[in-house]
Amino acid sequence: MIDFELEPQVLKQVEMYHMVAAQMMRPISREYDEKEHEHPRQFWDAMWAASQSLGPAAREAAPSGKDDGGTAKLRNLYTCLSTEELCWGDAGLFLSIPNPGLGGAAVAAAGTPEQRERFLRRFREGQPKWGAMAITEPGCGSDSAAVTTTAVREGDSWVLNGTKIFCTAGQMAAEGSEGFVVVWATVDRKAGRAGIKPFVVEHNTSGMTVVRVENKLGIRASDTAMIVLENCRIPADHLLGKADVKQEAGGFKDVMATFDATRPIVAAMAIGVGRAALDFVRDFLEQNRIPMRYGLSPRRLTTIERDFMEMEVQLKAARLLTWRAAWMLDKGMRNNLEASMAKAKAGKAVTLITQKAVELLGPVGYSRKQLVEKWMRDAKINDIFEGTQQINLLIIARRILDYSSKELN
Amino acid sequence: MVSFELSDEQKMIRDTAAAFAIEQIRPAARAADESGEIPADVIAKAWELGLVRGAIPESYGGYGDIRSAVTGAIVAEELAFGDLAIALHTMAPRLLAYPVLEMGTSDQRESILPRFGTDNFVAGAAALVEPRFDFDPSALATIARRDGASYVIDGAKCVVPLAAKAETILVYAAANSDAGQAGVDGFIVAREAPGLTISEREKNMGIKALETYELMLKDCRVGAEARLGAGKGINFTRLMSESRVAMAAMATGVARAAFEYARTYAKERKAFGVPIATKQAVAFMLAEMAIEIDATRLLVWEAASRLDKGEDALKESYQARNYAAQSSLMVADNAVQVLGGHGYIREHPVEMWLRNARAFAVLDGIATV
Repeated sequence: MIDFELEPQVLKQVEMYHMVAAQMMRPISREYDEKEHEHPRQFWDAMWAASQSLGPAAREAAPSGKDDGGTAKLRNLYTCLSTEELCWGDAGLFLSIPNPGLGGAAVAAAGTPEQRERFLRRFREGQPKWGAMAITEPGCGSDSAAVTTTAVREGDSWVLNGTKIFCTAGQMAAEGSEGFVVVWATVDRKAGRAGIKPFVVEHNTSGMTVVRVENKLGIRASDTAMIVLENCRIPADHLLGKADVKQEAGGFKDVMATFDATRPIVAAMAIGVGRAALDFVRDFLEQNRIPMRYGLSPRRLTTIERDFMEMEVQLKAARLLTWRAAWMLDKGMRNNLEASMAKAKAGKAVTLITQKAVELLGPVGYSRKQLVEKWMRDAKINDIFEGTQQINLLIIARRILDYSSKELN
Repeated sequence: MVSFELSDEQKMIRDTAAAFAIEQIRPAARAADESGEIPADVIAKAWELGLVRGAIPESYGGYGDIRSAVTGAIVAEELAFGDLAIALHTMAPRLLAYPVLEMGTSDQRESILPRFGTDNFVAGAAALVEPRFDFDPSALATIARRDGASYVIDGAKCVVPLAAKAETILVYAAANSDAGQAGVDGFIVAREAPGLTISEREKNMGIKALETYELMLKDCRVGAEARLGAGKGINFTRLMSESRVAMAAMATGVARAAFEYARTYAKERKAFGVPIATKQAVAFMLAEMAIEIDATRLLVWEAASRLDKGEDALKESYQARNYAAQSSLMVADNAVQVLGGHGYIREHPVEMWLRNARAFAVLDGIATV
């Protein structure tokens, strides 16, 4: 039966995340936007401690779509809810939280049970740690099948060579903690995408260097690293899945499967940022006694009412698409089309909503005294990472037209 | 618990409605648009689906089905996918039957509902929209004034479906022009009532197969028993919400019709030696159309699901309706664009869907779930 209602216990959880966002993230939001590259240690420690006290399902939060004994029936959907709340707090800080991240998601999606235990165990104990995923290169972004980083087998090792960029939490994963980076490299360039495999590179492995941490438009609390791999030697069993290029298992297809699970979460991030801006505008209008007259003929609304209502419904449309994509994953349904729809809609809607918020608020919106301008800068990334707007439209188009990537590119 | 899955019963109902739309409605759509006439057999067959009779209590000859706004939205989308004008015609009797069923006194139910519990289509209608640019359902210019034991109604209405055929029309009027929505009443007015004049059939841009009329009410006197819900009146907000959900659901159907047609065309039509769908400029238009159709449907379902829970859905249905009016127009316009010059020719249906989609800018209270 069609239903959009969250149960009381789920709402309670959401409320808890909202308190974290309001009390722990908002107060330091501006500070770590201004002081790019500085570390919100206190916040990290608190988030790490909180994650250690939760159950294994919540702790590993590896959005793989696989049932690893998680208790939540709609785990992906609930992850979207908590993500929205935390990104309402601060999307940059959210991305900086010590956790398995996309690297962990890759391990969960492509690794054997033994590898999952070996690599993910660390997130259940000790000091704060980060996992990261390195796929983008200076010469390939959306065309991630064009990876040029190589992995060559030498005895019991793989030797990696190449340059990776735009690696979220890369610095903390590679050098700042006892984490790891999942590096995507080709074992056989002639094999094309079938030859691209994920390798776990442990922190401080010799031959892996963070050469740069990017200065960005927004989400400045999150580190975005450039990582160089120079004769970086790792044990053979750090290859996730199988080396066989004929077999796609553990290969490129699994990166794409990871995206089907992470795109709704990125959409939820976007929605959190958009809601922050929307809530700010709503409060502002209320304080200025500008009412929203729902039910009135659109021809009689003021432009402010029209703009605000448009922002509000766009955000809701994005949220409903996102919930559906996450729910499908929870139900074990293929959600490739729906995940891209959610991501494309949310990325664009939130970019426009936050830009409109700055416009509606005028000098208040543009001023760095308030956070609205920051949300506009933060929002934009959601239309870019984890698949740009255009890549998601391409995926949607292929699915609705029943075209392969060769037929429509 | 959040769920995006239809019940088995809803799937069955959807499939039945979809089959009817494809097999019976769509083939008749273009000719009906050109001639302004809907074939009687299509209307008769639609009646057999129980679109109106279904919800009428068994004691009045109906099937006593439980009404659901979600199920109603699903059916409305499918029928409108076939053709908006025909869908509106087949469901028009609901405009009288449902408010009476939901908010009428037992006398009113007794006098109105049995006529919809028979084997044949019976016209019914409601008059809400008024012929002025700033028409607003919450500020009606049609006024009902109490005068002793009767009401005297003055005003003008337009886009009233089937008015010339309906024995009875539900006329919405403001009891007090300053009171806003709470002051809106429905009056059960006989077509032959003195003071009520029905114009020539309207000529509109789209939904041309649906006969609609203007109504003039001048000193139109009705008895106190004509006031829907008698002393209690009606919950106009709820009726508007049900109407908005229906409008938005039908807009989704029109949009989906245009999208699917354009998609098929784009895969067949070649330019520069390849199907135009293999060009990103076209493929991305189709992708955005697909996103907006799904987004609209989810907004509709959310509002409908609130109605089914008996919750207030003023804001949600209003959002869905306004969103649907925009998105369906965008999708229909894109569909014409995908077909290019061919889209502009009446040989293809997309130009009709563009005209029909624009109707959602003016339609209110012309369908209900």
